[in-house]
Amino acid sequence: MKYAAVKKSLIGIAALVFAVSAYAQEKIKGEEKAILTDAPDVPPPITRKHATKVIVDLETKEVKMRLADGVDYTFWTFGGKVPGKFIRIREGDQVEFHLHNHPSSKLPHNIDLHAVTGQGGGAEGSFTAPGHSSTFNFKALNPGLYVYHCATAPVGMHIANGMYGLILVEPKEGMPKVDKEFYVMQSEFYTKGKYGAPGLQPFSMTKAVEEKADYVVFNGNVGALVGDNAIKAKVGEKVRMFVGNGGPNLVSSFHVIGEIFDRVYIEGGKLVNENVQTTLVPAGGSAIVEFKLDTAGTFILVDHSIFRAFNKGALGMLKVEGEHVKEIYSGKTEDGIYQPEGGVIQEVGESAPKIIPAKNIQESIARGKRIYESSCFACHQTNGQGLPGAFPPLAKSDFLNKNKSKSISAVVHGMDGKVTVNGKEYDSIMPAQVLTDDEISNVLNYVYSAWGNSKKTVTPDEVKAIRASGRVK
Amino acid sequence: MKNPKRPLMLAVLALGVFMSLPSWGNGMILIPAGSFRMPAFLDKTPRKVNSFYLDKHPVTNAEYLSFVEQHPEWHKSSVKKIFADANYLEYWSGDLDFDKTSGASSPVVRVSWYAARAYCASLGKRLPVIDEWEYVGQMPFKDKNDLKTVILEWYGQSSEWPLPSVMKRSANTAGIYDQHGVIWEWVEDFNSSMVTGESRADAALDRNLFCGGGASSAADPSDYAAFMRYAFRSSLQAKYTVKNLGFRCAKDKD
Repeated sequence: MKYAAVKKSLIGIAALVFAVSAYAQEKIKGEEKAILTDAPDVPPPITRKHATKVIVDLETKEVKMRLADGVDYTFWTFGGKVPGKFIRIREGDQVEFHLHNHPSSKLPHNIDLHAVTGQGGGAEGSFTAPGHSSTFNFKALNPGLYVYHCATAPVGMHIANGMYGLILVEPKEGMPKVDKEFYVMQSEFYTKGKYGAPGLQPFSMTKAVEEKADYVVFNGNVGALVGDNAIKAKVGEKVRMFVGNGGPNLVSSFHVIGEIFDRVYIEGGKLVNENVQTTLVPAGGSAIVEFKLDTAGTFILVDHSIFRAFNKGALGMLKVEGEHVKEIYSGKTEDGIYQPEGGVIQEVGESAPKIIPAKNIQESIARGKRIYESSCFACHQTNGQGLPGAFPPLAKSDFLNKNKSKSISAVVHGMDGKVTVNGKEYDSIMPAQVLTDDEISNVLNYVYSAWGNSKKTVTPDEVKAIRASGRVK
Repeated sequence: MKNPKRPLMLAVLALGVFMSLPSWGNGMILIPAGSFRMPAFLDKTPRKVNSFYLDKHPVTNAEYLSFVEQHPEWHKSSVKKIFADANYLEYWSGDLDFDKTSGASSPVVRVSWYAARAYCASLGKRLPVIDEWEYVGQMPFKDKNDLKTVILEWYGQSSEWPLPSVMKRSANTAGIYDQHGVIWEWVEDFNSSMVTGESRADAALDRNLFCGGGASSAADPSDYAAFMRYAFRSSLQAKYTVKNLGFRCAKDKD
């Protein structure tokens, strides 16, 4: 009896605790439209002490803009700029999100906000054709600084073209007061031409896959935070930077030259580290850094993967006006001569890894089959039968079996103009194939070994010779 | 403008004939049967396509005008809301008059799937299915332009307006113009669940596409171009009209 009574009261307490915690969820009071800002500006701190319904209107737009001096790029954006608009809400807020895709857009877009708990972070609910709008709702459960980005297939390309930004969910108790807040977002661009190649540069998928960025920038273009565009503050002020990294691939080693971060909200969460020189900002992640300005100067924002800063654009400036406090930093006080001993510059030779050539004809044929199935199949078809009127057959092909060097040349240098194969005339174009001598010898060995062909063999040396001597007429 | 020629009647009569007179309107071309590899599909088994006829170029404003002249239910003032959204033929200045800046020989856009189907049906034709469209769409250009480059560059540019006239660029080896680089095109089965709004989860839905987890091996840039077509198609509803979305018709061989 006694046991039962205890048990019953325990259940009662548990039920009560549960009821209280459910009740503790804040009531939504009122409604407001979110203030959105372009980088480096941040919307004002939230002063209200209750959760509310926040309406966010964000437009996706594809626009041609400057990437660097003399270099343009067609950016895909949230709000017409890169990075996208900064969104600031409060923990517990109920957000009604409207995503509008501009009628001039070529592509559908959506948004995945890392601040959203639910399918795709909103991606599924916001998939929108050009000239249409989508609406979805979410509750801001966790405070922190979050990245948002487009997640429409092909996801990598939508991000690589500029579709990302930051959303701050302020904790209920608010954030400590500072004097200035800034929005800084790093990302990288992959262009057809090299860094600085002029004109409108298209996106390079190959470089993006290989993660070989041409540009690594803060706030969407080279020089967005430099010179007249530098962010400014005064000695004695406390600054806070909301730092994001859109990626798509690279992790940032965020550093401000000549400053030490007094506080870092690691990865944009609750954990605070103090006295930090360089903080990692993951691709698709963030950090909040705070520091007090103790002396005047120009402080340089960099990704301390340092070639990105000085050779690819990941460089910004914080200009601090006021007193140069000599006790904190003196500047140069003496200029002398120092003669070290030795000092020979050394170099280590480099060589690319070697691909081992096929050991025998069987291995060459096996490798060649794989190349055929990725490079040749689309036109010449599975069994080398070609397409009547368009692509000549390779199966039992008199042309192939009679003209070995012309066949090698067709793969190496491409081919066009009229050609008669098995009694039929073809007049189309074969593009030159980007394959190594080994690969071409392998694929031709495969073709010659298959479909009733003459079993000729082709060596890498023969390919090399034809590559050197030019197209065989 | 009020009384354009009737190129369509001729086009119908000329079905199946290799037409070399573009001014006669939208001739159809017989596409030979064959097999192809669906871009961006995990399943690389060749897909067979039967021989069929395909319009040489996208349907133009002039061609669409003669259709709406015959079919007042497709006038922009009287079209039923369930068959086309509010922006149907938005750039036309009236029921029977298209915007002068948008030429007679530019592709008609801002038409819904229902409208596109009705147009084709009025000529005894139909919309092509995805397999047919993609099969022809990967045939190379007659000139030296690389297909992938043309497609990816078009995707990378802001939308052009007014749209250029049809047949200003190279045809592909089958003689088909403007599949890439001018507009998107409706297909009969545009909504056949290629990509969902949350494309990254699609691999779990066994949808056979390189997306989400399955995307790790999509190394071929032509797959990338195809993704965008799939994504575009799946963002549509049948009544939607889009400023860079038009169509062309197909027809069975027999």
